[in-house]
Amino acid sequence: MDNMILTIITFLPVLGVLAILLIPKEQVVSIRHTTLFFTLVTFVASLCLIFRFDPVATGMQFEVNIPWIEQFGIGYHLGIDSISLLLILLTTFLTAIATLSTFKAVEHSHRGFYISILLLETGMLGVFAALDLFMFYVFWEIMLVPMYFLIGIWGGTRRIYAAIKFVLFTMIGSLLMLVAILVIYFQYHGLNGEFTTDLIKLTGMPLARDMQMWLFAAFGLAFIIKVPMWPFHTWLPDAHVEAPTAGSVILAGVLLKMGVYGFLRFCLPMFPIATFEFIPIISILAVIGIIYGALVAMVQKDIKSLVAFSSVSHMGFIMLGMMTLNLQGMQGSILQMINHGISTGALFLLVGMIYERRHTRMISEYGGLASQMPVYSTFFMIVLLSSIGVPGTNGFVGEFLILLGAWKFNAVYAILAATGVVFAACYMLWMYQRVFYGKVTNPANQTLTDMSLREKIVLVPLIILIFWIGVYPKPLLNLLEPSVKAVMAQVEVGRAEYNAYHGIVESVASEIELSDAENVKPEGTE
Amino acid sequence: MINITPLIPELFLLVMAIVVLMLDLFSSRRTVVVPAYVSMAAVIITGFLVFKFGGDAVRWGSNAIFVADSFSQFFKVIILGAAFLAIGSSFGTADRMTHHRGEFFALLLFSTVGMMFLVSAKELILLYVGLELTTIPLFVLVAYQKTNRASSEAGLKYLIIGAASSAILLYGLSLLYGYTGTTYLNEIAQKTAVYFLSHGFIPNAEGTTDLVGMGPAFSVALMMIIAGLTFKLAIVPFHMWAPDVYEGAPTPITAFLSVGSKAAGLAAIIRIFDGMLYAFSHDTMPNDSWGTMMAVLAAVTMVAGNIIAIRQTNIKRMLAYSSIAQAGYILIGVIAASKLGVASCGFYMFAYMFANMGAFAIVGLYAEKTGKKNISDFAGLSKTSPIIAALMTMFMLSLAGIPPLAGFMAKYYIFAAAIEAGYTWLVILALLMSVVSLYYYANVVRIMYMVDSDNKHHIIPSFPAGLVLALTGIGVLLFGILPQSILDMAYKTASSFIF
Repeated sequence: MDNMILTIITFLPVLGVLAILLIPKEQVVSIRHTTLFFTLVTFVASLCLIFRFDPVATGMQFEVNIPWIEQFGIGYHLGIDSISLLLILLTTFLTAIATLSTFKAVEHSHRGFYISILLLETGMLGVFAALDLFMFYVFWEIMLVPMYFLIGIWGGTRRIYAAIKFVLFTMIGSLLMLVAILVIYFQYHGLNGEFTTDLIKLTGMPLARDMQMWLFAAFGLAFIIKVPMWPFHTWLPDAHVEAPTAGSVILAGVLLKMGVYGFLRFCLPMFPIATFEFIPIISILAVIGIIYGALVAMVQKDIKSLVAFSSVSHMGFIMLGMMTLNLQGMQGSILQMINHGISTGALFLLVGMIYERRHTRMISEYGGLASQMPVYSTFFMIVLLSSIGVPGTNGFVGEFLILLGAWKFNAVYAILAATGVVFAACYMLWMYQRVFYGKVTNPANQTLTDMSLREKIVLVPLIILIFWIGVYPKPLLNLLEPSVKAVMAQVEVGRAEYNAYHGIVESVASEIELSDAENVKPEGTE
Repeated sequence: MINITPLIPELFLLVMAIVVLMLDLFSSRRTVVVPAYVSMAAVIITGFLVFKFGGDAVRWGSNAIFVADSFSQFFKVIILGAAFLAIGSSFGTADRMTHHRGEFFALLLFSTVGMMFLVSAKELILLYVGLELTTIPLFVLVAYQKTNRASSEAGLKYLIIGAASSAILLYGLSLLYGYTGTTYLNEIAQKTAVYFLSHGFIPNAEGTTDLVGMGPAFSVALMMIIAGLTFKLAIVPFHMWAPDVYEGAPTPITAFLSVGSKAAGLAAIIRIFDGMLYAFSHDTMPNDSWGTMMAVLAAVTMVAGNIIAIRQTNIKRMLAYSSIAQAGYILIGVIAASKLGVASCGFYMFAYMFANMGAFAIVGLYAEKTGKKNISDFAGLSKTSPIIAALMTMFMLSLAGIPPLAGFMAKYYIFAAAIEAGYTWLVILALLMSVVSLYYYANVVRIMYMVDSDNKHHIIPSFPAGLVLALTGIGVLLFGILPQSILDMAYKTASSFIF
């Protein structure tokens, strides 16, 4: 059972697709309910993972590894550690929530819409569960197609432009990744005489420094575009603004995390020397992204593009946290991925709800909503505070840990990043003020109804999570600790070589016991 | 006594082609069903015969002139597959013809026989005859709708350019013969290798070698052979005929031309360059070898094909340029000149067959039903014929190389071979170009799904056309997810070469 469960979770949505295909396309209600049923079952199945997950064990769990394409040494290799576990839970959770949120939003081609959502879910789950480079790439690319349709068919006015931009950006990013996968594949064959794309085998392979730099850059480009980091973020506002609500929720909640996950799972462990080399570049880009995203968000007229640019800022935090390479920073980074998924997902859902009522997202169209829609305003405020990172909400925990880690790593970056929090408070609260406070000036807003029961059901779980992680994050942090330490140990392997190359004499003892790292250090790395 | 058992599949198909011709003479000619089904059955049986009588060779003295090795078997499967799918999708086209219906299928079978000879030929004259047997029926088939100006023009263009390219090829082959005194590929391989090792290995100032020992005529011969054969594959700059011919020809013939004749030409190129002139591959002669020449051709082809395809409004022309670009990718496998390279060419062609035949089948069906051939005419197809639209999406995405479809596996294989051989720059270029190609392939999908129209055409395929679509659809998906068996088969084909 344990080795089947990941397969079941990953492909349950595909089963859902087959079920939907059997329903005539006129029966919209049963198509919706079938989709919801399958996303909920997937969510419940992924909850089972928690109970069977061994929190203290290092390494991958629920592994399944059977040969798939033997000639290339490609295996059907799935497995998760606590990082991927949390992201899988986030995926199944947000997909179910997003499905529930679409019951009114989708106006045509219902069957195609729900098929796309389910296929997208399989792609995302596959990315987080894959432990084979080839499989990872396949799932990474598979997601493009349903996302293309989601944006292009059910999106806003400039949907086609946004859809093709999204696809081309992602493809350009991933093409070098494919080259890099093939290069690693032949490098490993040269060293060990075996053809494989298995991540576990490839990790710790002694690659020369220059080779690592190239490969890191090739993989990194794909991930950096997906995150997206400044200056590769330009696809994001278009895609977010034009995508239907469910698409935005999944895009912001899960797809952006794949870039960061890619760094954590592939770049850092496989190319440790290059990681040290690239830390300065990536962390500077992250800091620029934090400030740039916040400043641009401040001047947005459209609520949705405001949230989109706030994502650029938040993803900057996450990348900065990861690049600190210390426990607090990395734990905070991963926790913030979950937090961002929850709070930005919730923000997009809230924006979607008002859009369904008024068919506009312009801030200037609103004003005084607090008196018309008190419940909605309250929900919006809670989510907004969590996005800013006010103590007591989940956002605070994540950002605090990241800043703590960043302080240890480089105080200047930490100070600059902290200004991002201040800016976030500015643009979020200013937007809130303009939309919800004052008198109702626009007559169209006088007839607005407050949230329906379904809409409340959609948001309540997210609100609970916001407070739960905000008040008691300890279980999650404990869960993450072994996996984060494992990644840190894998990166630590490269430190000696990096120091030797740059003539640095190690003065500060690193947090991890170096003895472990040196034991695994392969010979002949020169 | 010459053992002709390896020739049985070809002879059988030849006889069947004549039978189909006769059927037309004696049947009532009211319908195309009889000759078409007989042709399809003949193709299937030939497929079985190919495997039954494989492994041996027809010899003249000690030299093989016609081999039925695993390489030729694999390519014959592709060629017969293409013929089968082309016949299956031409029921509608043939039905609307007023004259010479039966000859249509007979000519298609004759051309198929030519292709089968071409992939098996181990002797220059047989190779040339195979090539002519392939193309001459195709000249006729391209111009089959003779009342249609575009079709006649296409036929004439194809005839003139085809004849010119054959002449160039023949000249190249005769120079090769003049150099080596033999027409057997085996002997040429030996003689050139020996000559090369004893005379040609003169390092020049840059520390590399050139063809001093062989003399300039040898280079000319190589260039002429490359030019002649790449005409058949529509490699830039020898591609000028392809868009017009593809556009004017009856759609099933276009499909057959773009898959069958490409597969046969590719097999001949592999036989000559990876098989016979292996000594001149990039490993030993970095500067003046055919590898560099072909790498440049492949690069130019991918860039030109993909970029020109973006601007096309006619779907057949778009697919024509896309197939030019696809030939560029395939050429990368030839240049790799390794076991992996040959195997990847085979697999690529196999995957390409499903996607391209399927796409052309849909184009043909749509044109039959509506008479429209522009990409923009496909607007709203997802509403009226969702299954056809979904299939077309799959074919487009497979051609673009999106996983988990067969086209992706094929590209992966080709790129693996190229990286192994050290052509990383070519792979990066090819990937960049496949992003470009995604733009125009996705454009077809965009128009089908995202553009509204008042189009009310329900496309309901006839039984054979439905069969073609089902087979190609299954093929594209199945060999993307479970390619193992075909990959193994493709890899075995490389054992026919001496890498």
